[in-house]
Amino acid sequence: MLQVKNVTMRFGGLLAISDASLDVRQGSITGLIGPNGAGKTTLFAVIAGFLRPTQGQIALFDKDITGEEPHRRAASGIARTFQIVQPFAGLNVQENITVGAYLRHTKPADAVEKAREVARQVGLEKDLDKSASSLTVAGRKRLELARALATEPKILLLDEVLAGLNPSEIRDIIPVIRSIRDSGVTILMIEHVMQAVMNLCEHVYVLAQGKMIAEGTPAAVCNDQAVIEAYLGKGSAERLARQSQGENHA
Amino acid sequence: MMRGYFWIIVITLLIAATPLLTSSNTFFNFTVVVLIIALAAQGWNLLGGIGGQTSFGHAMFFGIGAYTASMLQTHLGVNAWIALIAAIAAGSLAGLIVGFLSFRAGLRGSYFALVTLAFAELLRVLANASEWTGGASGLLLKLEPSLANMQFSSRPTFMLLALAFVFISLVITQHIVNSRFGAHLVAVRENEDAAKALGVDVLTVKLKAISLSGAMTAAAGVLYVQYFLYIDAAIAFGIWISIEALLAPMVGGRGRVLGPLIGAFTLHGLGEITKSFAGRVPGIDLMVFAVVLIIVIAFASAGILGLLKKLSDRFAAKGGA
Repeated sequence: MLQVKNVTMRFGGLLAISDASLDVRQGSITGLIGPNGAGKTTLFAVIAGFLRPTQGQIALFDKDITGEEPHRRAASGIARTFQIVQPFAGLNVQENITVGAYLRHTKPADAVEKAREVARQVGLEKDLDKSASSLTVAGRKRLELARALATEPKILLLDEVLAGLNPSEIRDIIPVIRSIRDSGVTILMIEHVMQAVMNLCEHVYVLAQGKMIAEGTPAAVCNDQAVIEAYLGKGSAERLARQSQGENHA
Repeated sequence: MMRGYFWIIVITLLIAATPLLTSSNTFFNFTVVVLIIALAAQGWNLLGGIGGQTSFGHAMFFGIGAYTASMLQTHLGVNAWIALIAAIAAGSLAGLIVGFLSFRAGLRGSYFALVTLAFAELLRVLANASEWTGGASGLLLKLEPSLANMQFSSRPTFMLLALAFVFISLVITQHIVNSRFGAHLVAVRENEDAAKALGVDVLTVKLKAISLSGAMTAAAGVLYVQYFLYIDAAIAFGIWISIEALLAPMVGGRGRVLGPLIGAFTLHGLGEITKSFAGRVPGIDLMVFAVVLIIVIAFASAGILGLLKKLSDRFAAKGGA
């Protein structure tokens, strides 16, 4: 449903993304992984319309949306969360989520109703009256998720929603993400927590130094030579293979 | 949907009842000025308080309103009420133009404040030079009290007229705060990028806000000229009204519907009281303004209403425990 076609993003002399393509199947959870600085968040910004790509196209349901403003893309069904959470700090949780809900609901009462429903879905129903700035890190991540969900998106871009959470918080939020997919929302997620990627994603793309170097099932990608080298350095794939061979012999 | 309207009605009725209690012209003079400032400040509050786009040049809208109304009446003999509508439209249009130029260029914070100041100053210089605006000697409206001319020989009547304007501005603002547009405006104030990601058309929201804001402040300019029957460039486009328009919401409670009215009454009330004590020390009321502002910034950055809310929350928390 979402296609990124040969996107290149250049900031002056810096080539952030070079000729990257990806294809998200409707109803899937697709992962986007890669070392730090690979250009993952930049690619998200391009998909959500915050950056105009130097070259290439973004298509949603086979419609070219490369020239559309972010708010138009939100209306056509793309929602994103931010890696560095961006709550409306002066507002409470319910008001935060309601801003998202207003995208599809004009009447205040309907929007508030939708916001409460989404809050229940992500487990924020007890915090509705709390100020957004008083939430814990995990709470703020949930709030990012809730706000994006309140726009009733067709595809949800999650930018490291698990980063900074402790293992038990991650365990709590994984079922939430799966239930979002089960409710019919396609998900594209940037994630470093491999446990979650292996657990959730059906298909994974690997971005390194702005180039798409691999794609496939999580298991296949993890054994890919290029991917291992991108994370651990040149020659490491060979070394790992030799080590495991040694173990097998022993 | 009574949310917020209760206090608007109570306060309006309280002010409307004052002619039953007093017949002091000093009091009505004072109240008329406060109400005019409260109206101008409500315009500022809509854009700067709720929308977070701090203007330092709301004098431009005040002056455009005042000059449009007086020029139409003196040069073209237009009826005062029609001139009022034209002036409000002119303020709204001016808002759109300034907003389009500055918001489309992405100006925010102090840059936006400086641009608004520049526009106000530019208009002041132009009004001071142009023949149409009466140059440096200003424009005088002919004294002809009648309902059709929006002039009243009785001060309480004019106070009620000004109060009606303020009441309408309060209702409009409260309605916006309760609405989707209000939520979008607050979202833009809090975080533009997050707002965009949630489908908020940031530029349109800001343009709507500045045009409404310009309209309200222009109406205040019209009231001013209808009351004092005189306008010149230093009054209409002077920095004093830009400061009054932003000081009242700051003191009363920035972004709160009743903030500008409460702030204007507090500031000018304190100013008058000090004047009556200190007698002939010139500018003593301005010194009071400065002190009040410092106190507010240091101890109650959310203004008087913000402070009241904090105290009532604390009280409620204690009562519940």
